[in-house]
Amino acid sequence: MSTVHSSPYINNNESVSRMMLAVLYALIPGTLVYVHFFGFGVLINIFIAVVTAIICEAAILKIRQRPIKPYLYDGTAVLTAVLLALALPTLTPWWLAALGTAFAIIIAKHLYGGMGYNPFNPAMVGYAMLLIAFPKEMTAWIPAETHGMNFYDTLNFSLFEALPADKTYDALTMATPLDSLKTQLSLGYTIDEIHSSNPSLFGNIAGYGWEWINIMFLIGGLVLIFIKVISWHIPVAMLGSLAFMAMIFSFSDAGSYSPVSFHLFGGAAMLGAFFIATDPVTAAASNKGRLIYGAGIGILIYIIRTWGGYPDGVAFAVLLMNMAVPMIDYYYKAPVFGASSNN
Amino acid sequence: MSDTNYKQIINNGLWVNNAAFVQLLGLCPLLAVSNTVINGLGLGLATTLTLVASNVMVSLIRHWVRPEIRIPVFVLIIASTVTIIELSMNAWFHELYNILGIFIPLIVTNCAIIARAEAFASKNSVSSSLIDGLFMGLGFTAVLVTLGAMRELIGFGTLFQQAHLMFGEAARDFSFTLFENYRGYLLAILPPGAFIGLGFLIAIKNIIDKKHQARDKVVSAETVEVTG
Repeated sequence: MSTVHSSPYINNNESVSRMMLAVLYALIPGTLVYVHFFGFGVLINIFIAVVTAIICEAAILKIRQRPIKPYLYDGTAVLTAVLLALALPTLTPWWLAALGTAFAIIIAKHLYGGMGYNPFNPAMVGYAMLLIAFPKEMTAWIPAETHGMNFYDTLNFSLFEALPADKTYDALTMATPLDSLKTQLSLGYTIDEIHSSNPSLFGNIAGYGWEWINIMFLIGGLVLIFIKVISWHIPVAMLGSLAFMAMIFSFSDAGSYSPVSFHLFGGAAMLGAFFIATDPVTAAASNKGRLIYGAGIGILIYIIRTWGGYPDGVAFAVLLMNMAVPMIDYYYKAPVFGASSNN
Repeated sequence: MSDTNYKQIINNGLWVNNAAFVQLLGLCPLLAVSNTVINGLGLGLATTLTLVASNVMVSLIRHWVRPEIRIPVFVLIIASTVTIIELSMNAWFHELYNILGIFIPLIVTNCAIIARAEAFASKNSVSSSLIDGLFMGLGFTAVLVTLGAMRELIGFGTLFQQAHLMFGEAARDFSFTLFENYRGYLLAILPPGAFIGLGFLIAIKNIIDKKHQARDKVVSAETVEVTG
């Protein structure tokens, strides 16, 4: 195993699992609101992803001849699965969550050396893989609240891809607010026209349903900062740079650039800022480094959302900045335990 | 040269010093056109032909070319060989030629070819250079075909699609579909699939080598370090 690595290797499993548990608890409010707006598909996806993650983690640990119990109980695999499942559209066939999680655990995590050694955020690797391989399934969302799919209908679709007789997949699914905005902007409409043409999609600030999910993830994230499970540097730098970019452009041309609130409370901004970018293994290690890392993610999200090919850019932004982490850590070294440091 | 030496050359080309697996040469065409078996086979055979021809010619002139100018001479030989092969493929396998496109002329930049000219053909007899070129090429082709099969199977759920491009109309039915209603796995066909696939193949080779090593406890793998 390599002895030099940029991110800190976490060897105290007990503290890791307590941390993971706190993060999972903090996800609950956002997840419940998510279920309220987008149906039980969220929970089904989480269940499938978690089961897949546990099976893959145990199997790989066995093949690698590592102790299974301590690594499985540290909760990192479960957290990866939950984060990936929260990023998926809610009406999806079961194999989508299973395949993405298996890819995340086996390839993105264990092939790089397992817990503490993976340079890329496993959940985002799984998500990016699914987005590239299954663009149709990964961009079709059901409308918030008006989808009319109960638990049985959703489960039936997940397992057999069968829909109730009065519904078709194409009629039921639609683009997300970010996606729809991008399409309409390219047709020459202004931001105001787009928002007022479809209030049931765009809601009050950043998409009906989406804004509440983001607010709940924000609250969960603030609790994590308050109880010192995560530090404030990455979320503040990321949301700050995203807001700064949005402010400059919307100030200069409000007709074709969305306002700050739309970027902060739309898509996966809050989930990304507090729960995904803060992954201790793949983020920069020092506080100064974290500020740069977070700011880079925020700027990249804005660039991808505004000029890129995909409607949201959290996953790609996080992965791109993961790549920059060794360089950031080289210039802003993590404080060595026991040594005095100005970081 | 004795028979055992030929055996070593063959073993070197196919496995121990495989151009794609061990030397990691010619990755650009390897990764770009290995999305189906037939594409891989087409490019692999074209590369093999180039390797054989350039190795033989370089070996033939090895006593007359001064070392100071050997590299430009090798480049000229390889470039003419590739041009001949490109024109022949354009004439006889036109559709395959269109699919492989820029990667046929790009064989000229495949480092494996100049590496063999420099490291082997310029120092060895014509016959052993021929064998070396042939088996280095076949080793490269084997990787291209294996990777192509892997990516085609996972990506499209088929094998040998468009076989008629190489083997004529009679081969149109060679193609078979493994799974009906397969959704396709786009990632395997896109460039990331090539990188991941090659990574897995190299890992499998390392596992096999490790097992062999453990069995005979004899390590005699001479490796030539060439990058490019």
